[in-house]
Amino acid sequence: MAGLIAIVLALQLAGEVVVRLTGLPVPGPVLGMLTLFIVLVIRGRAPAGLEGLANALLGHLGLLFVPAGVGVVAYLGLIADRWLALITTLIASTLVAILVTALTLRLLLKRRGEHG
Amino acid sequence: MSELVGIWVYLAEQPLLWLTVTVGIYAIAHRLFLASHEFPLLNPVLISVASIVGLLLLTDTPYTAYFDGAQFIHFMLGPATVLLAIPLYAQARQLQKQWLPLVLALVVGSVSAILAAVAIGWMLGLEPALLISLMPKSATTPIAMATSEQLGGKASLTAVFVIFTGITGAVAGVPLMRLFGERNADVKGFALGVVAHGIATARAFQHSDKAGAYAGLGMGLNAALTALLVPLLAWLLGLY
Repeated sequence: MAGLIAIVLALQLAGEVVVRLTGLPVPGPVLGMLTLFIVLVIRGRAPAGLEGLANALLGHLGLLFVPAGVGVVAYLGLIADRWLALITTLIASTLVAILVTALTLRLLLKRRGEHG
Repeated sequence: MSELVGIWVYLAEQPLLWLTVTVGIYAIAHRLFLASHEFPLLNPVLISVASIVGLLLLTDTPYTAYFDGAQFIHFMLGPATVLLAIPLYAQARQLQKQWLPLVLALVVGSVSAILAAVAIGWMLGLEPALLISLMPKSATTPIAMATSEQLGGKASLTAVFVIFTGITGAVAGVPLMRLFGERNADVKGFALGVVAHGIATARAFQHSDKAGAYAGLGMGLNAALTALLVPLLAWLLGLY
């Protein structure tokens, strides 16, 4: 287990180092995730221990966002100022994107059905 | 009374107090969410954040003092993000049969989610830092927060936007697609997962396991794609 934790931390660390060195605008942990994903594709399966670690940590993923989310306390004035524009943007863009995604997939699946 | 004040002064300086409060409130919020049959508006992250913000304002505690304790939880976000590769890998294995339509719909959906937010926000006069904070809102929270921060956005605002997006998708997504004649559960699930991540994926699972699986697939794929597309689109739009 300690070995697996070390591997996960090392992947994150490697991601952070690459981001610092290259100035790539992708977050370090995301690079770590993509690296791990590629390793899993090459290996053809995920080690059972790593799956257990993922389930343990991702099972209550929501808890991990709370400290950063509370940081919104610094922006209450900004939100009070802009709440209508923000809510309109959030709702409208979410609904537009859901429709576009669903209609695109429906069209593609239909075409595929007609051709084969 | 002065003894109580003394205890409070002591506790307020210790990281343990706010660490305990954070975990405790989340545990209660999570129970409430389960008891409500996972009603989207009772999202446990939303309830926890709102309650803790209220507590900080009531007790006049600065965010930095809160974060001294809560940082121990916050730190786990990085390793958790790396581990998202595990469910992503499990979901990508299901792709094989229909990979081309799904990948194309994913790209179209991901780009439209990002651009619709920027376009509408810009028309409504939102400033660049807010537009950046809005761009990754369809991705799962850890990816969205890290992406926003990397580009000069506000991670905590992004966290709130992500949750709001998820709730919107979970509440209005299925009725909207039904209005447009969509009956295929795979299509509905996939669109919910791509645009409204884990919160709408949970909603899709309530509908059927198959819709939920497609939602999970959409969520996982868009987490990775958003992390790559948002920096590119922000650069093209001159926001970064």
